[in-house]
Amino acid sequence: MLPAFSVQKYPGGPGAGPRSDSRARSFLVRNPSVLIFLSALALFTLFVTVTSEAYGAGFVSTSFVKTLGKTLCLCLVALAMDLIWGYAGILSLGHMAFFALGGYMTGMWLMYARTEEIVVAALSQGGLPATPEEISQGIATQIFGVVGASDLPAIWGFAHSLPLQLTLALAIPGLLALIFGWLAFRSRVTGVYLSILTQAMTLALALYLFQNDSGLRGNNGLSGLQNLPGLGNTSQDLVSVWFFWASAAALGLAYFAVAWIVSGKFGSVIRAIRDDEARVRFLGYSVEGYKLFLFTLTAIIAAIAGALYYPQAGIINPAELAPIASIYLAVWVAIGGRGRLYGAVIGAAFVSLVSSWFTSGRVPSLNLGFYTINWVDWWLVLLGLAFVAVTLFAPKGIGGLFDRFQHIGTPDRKGAPLGPDDGSFQEKEAQP
Amino acid sequence: MTALLEVSGLSVTFDGFRAINNLSFSIGPTELRAIIGPNGAGKTTFMDIVTGKTRPNTGTITFGERAVSLLGLNEAKIARAGIGRKFQRPTVFEDQTVTDNLILALRAPRSPWRVLSWRPKPPNMARVKALAEEVGLGDQLARKSGELSHGQKQWLEIAMLLAQEPRLLLVDEPAAGMTPAEREQTTTLLVNLAKTRAVVVVEHDMDFVRRLNCRVTVLHEGAVLAEGSLDHVTRNPEVINVYLGRG
Repeated sequence: MLPAFSVQKYPGGPGAGPRSDSRARSFLVRNPSVLIFLSALALFTLFVTVTSEAYGAGFVSTSFVKTLGKTLCLCLVALAMDLIWGYAGILSLGHMAFFALGGYMTGMWLMYARTEEIVVAALSQGGLPATPEEISQGIATQIFGVVGASDLPAIWGFAHSLPLQLTLALAIPGLLALIFGWLAFRSRVTGVYLSILTQAMTLALALYLFQNDSGLRGNNGLSGLQNLPGLGNTSQDLVSVWFFWASAAALGLAYFAVAWIVSGKFGSVIRAIRDDEARVRFLGYSVEGYKLFLFTLTAIIAAIAGALYYPQAGIINPAELAPIASIYLAVWVAIGGRGRLYGAVIGAAFVSLVSSWFTSGRVPSLNLGFYTINWVDWWLVLLGLAFVAVTLFAPKGIGGLFDRFQHIGTPDRKGAPLGPDDGSFQEKEAQP
Repeated sequence: MTALLEVSGLSVTFDGFRAINNLSFSIGPTELRAIIGPNGAGKTTFMDIVTGKTRPNTGTITFGERAVSLLGLNEAKIARAGIGRKFQRPTVFEDQTVTDNLILALRAPRSPWRVLSWRPKPPNMARVKALAEEVGLGDQLARKSGELSHGQKQWLEIAMLLAQEPRLLLVDEPAAGMTPAEREQTTTLLVNLAKTRAVVVVEHDMDFVRRLNCRVTVLHEGAVLAEGSLDHVTRNPEVINVYLGRG
């Protein structure tokens, strides 16, 4: 046995903090990265606001504000992916389906309400006020003429109401995740088989939505989502900043909530499930219950991200549910560093911004003499190589770089004595 | 004295091989019992069935005063009913600290919703510290358990089992890979534990079993061959033939 001459304080580490009267404060004190992240996000939001065209100097164009707002939404869904993959070890390759479903549900209201405005305005030109039947017929023809239908499908029954449709934006992806997860986890499908199953789910959903009679306009998808109903005269400069704020607020809140979840015993349980789920069962935890809880929770976070993303993108179609989208999500989290929340956010922001830069055609081609590398075509190859390189050489991802700073102030000697002689000051005693 | 665990007529077949063959077994609420038997006798399969990992083809298993059947329950529910299991190889969560490991095992609500809002309170931390000190890990609380030595991991796992406060403890080859001094400590611990709960020890090492000084059940080809004190079973000619004679 080791001699026990050091004074044992309450040990550090997640879920084992000191007694504190203020739980929220001790949570932030024990997890300084949360405070740092939230401050950085607030500063970034402030910076974009004062440089936007709507509220500031106008250095940052409206389209770039939208790109940044969308990037924050991607960071949010990456956060969900990190929770389920990085912490619980469930490699879901279907979370972008929940993201897109959230987008579809908000898109339905945006498109319906906006079309209603246009139809009412057009019908009132005739002099006589339009009857409700005429209005609903007009909306149906406007929206569904493109797929050769003139009746509003039953699934649009709630599209007139923003609160109902926003509820659906969370409820539909949540329910789908609950049912799918219940079936999958109950059968104890794990590992690569579960990943394939989630790919099949998103592919099946995409193929269904591609059909014209799916009730969501087939491959046309929903469009014009950037126009907010009732705010037709409001400039997109303003709308883009509002959505940017909403995205930043959602990301900040979700980051705080997820960090709180993983900091406690729940986080300890799901990391234990990741490392040895059979052992967790013998401790009396219902592993399937935890997986289902997380799968549904992360699906809802993904849906919130999607609900904020597509009004900024302006258009959603079934291609957004393609299996590759969910694979990209896993790549972002892997490059950023899974198992740490800021890693996922950094990965999603970095890779998606670099990706949109490379695919925009603004990157000069690289002339090798015998061959010219055109980055629009070669970007995916570069991304693939980066993914392989990260997996092989830096499994902790970009986030792993932060570990190098951790011990600058207090070098980690694993509790060894600080001096050469026996009984010298111990590192543990020296720490505040 | 009514039995805490009552197993009767248990049979299980893997691809035509009868791993457990009409096995009956019972143990009282405060009893220490050693199970011995040659390789393939069904010792581990028996533990797998009791803890819910393997489903038997026939037979009944009842647990506790109210004789709850364990057959319909999954591993987690059986563990919550009060059956703890110690594996042969130490299985602790290596990526987490000793404290985290012990908190995971502490007797507390296990459902996701309840765990979500659970935060350690001073009594919980005191219990964690007491448990760690009991197994000699008092000054290792903040260390990642992956950094511990093999023996320390064994002790951590034992502390986790104690934290679970099981009524029946199934221990698979506790003496494997331990130094003589650690074996001595383990013997004392198991004997003490059996004063307040039922403990079943599966062991190969006859020396260790002798030190436990308890009733012994000999398994052979999935059924009970003999039962009684160690001296009693070692005089049984059948036991000598199938087990002791070989080694």
